[in-house]
Amino acid sequence: MTGIALHHYLALSAILFTIGVVGVLTRRNAIIVFMCVELMLNSVNLSLVAFSAYLGNPTGQILVFFVMTVAAAEAAVGLAIIIALFRNKQTVNIDEINIMKW
Amino acid sequence: MNVEIIFFFLIAALAILSAILMITRRNPIMSVLYLIVNFFSLAVMYLLLHAQFIAIIQILVYAGAIMVLFLFVIMLLNLGDEARLTERPTLKKMIAVGLTTVVLLQLLVGLRLLTASDSTSLSAHATAMGTVESIGKALFTDYVLPFEITSVILLAAMVGVIVLAKKKFQ
Repeated sequence: MTGIALHHYLALSAILFTIGVVGVLTRRNAIIVFMCVELMLNSVNLSLVAFSAYLGNPTGQILVFFVMTVAAAEAAVGLAIIIALFRNKQTVNIDEINIMKW
Repeated sequence: MNVEIIFFFLIAALAILSAILMITRRNPIMSVLYLIVNFFSLAVMYLLLHAQFIAIIQILVYAGAIMVLFLFVIMLLNLGDEARLTERPTLKKMIAVGLTTVVLLQLLVGLRLLTASDSTSLSAHATAMGTVESIGKALFTDYVLPFEITSVILLAAMVGVIVLAKKKFQ
């Protein structure tokens, strides 16, 4: 082992993504579920930057920039939805928030 | 084993540990704080990859702006002591964790088989690529249309947030 290889970054990204998925599937607090989505977005950003740096293509870093913008917009809208839901139902438990469920 | 790879594994361990702590804490405020630790360790990863601009943006936008928004909402809704939110391990959750572990193992095995990812050196112009100058140049020349569309997304989000979070919609 001489240096950090691309697959180190990709493995870390996969592990963080999986932790995010586990959080989304197991937690019932809507805000924590939301933070897990942010964690997943970040792990994908890490693999994009890693590919960009190892393959010498700047497009990956530009894409990360756009992902961050969309994540900021998504966080703002999602938290506003959570506030609106909390005002109506006095809970952030996603098991009780099922008005959209078919 | 050189210093760089030891540093990498330290930061990677910090990132994984803070992520696990983030999804296991009952108190949402603790979760937010661990997620901030995770974001900082990812920023260090970006620095290791010579992506300076992305690293700074990660700290400013994610660890700064977005997580403050999360903290603000948690404190606004007073979720610090959420005793009613019982979270106990059910069979369904166990199955979910098991399946996700299988997916992770598949990803890691796939990575092992991918010999193209064994390169241990960054691209020759990785350092020049990650600067504010080169990212800015790319954003305002090749990617100027997506960049402008981004502003529309932010405007739409802003209007949407105000509409959603307003007390009474009249």
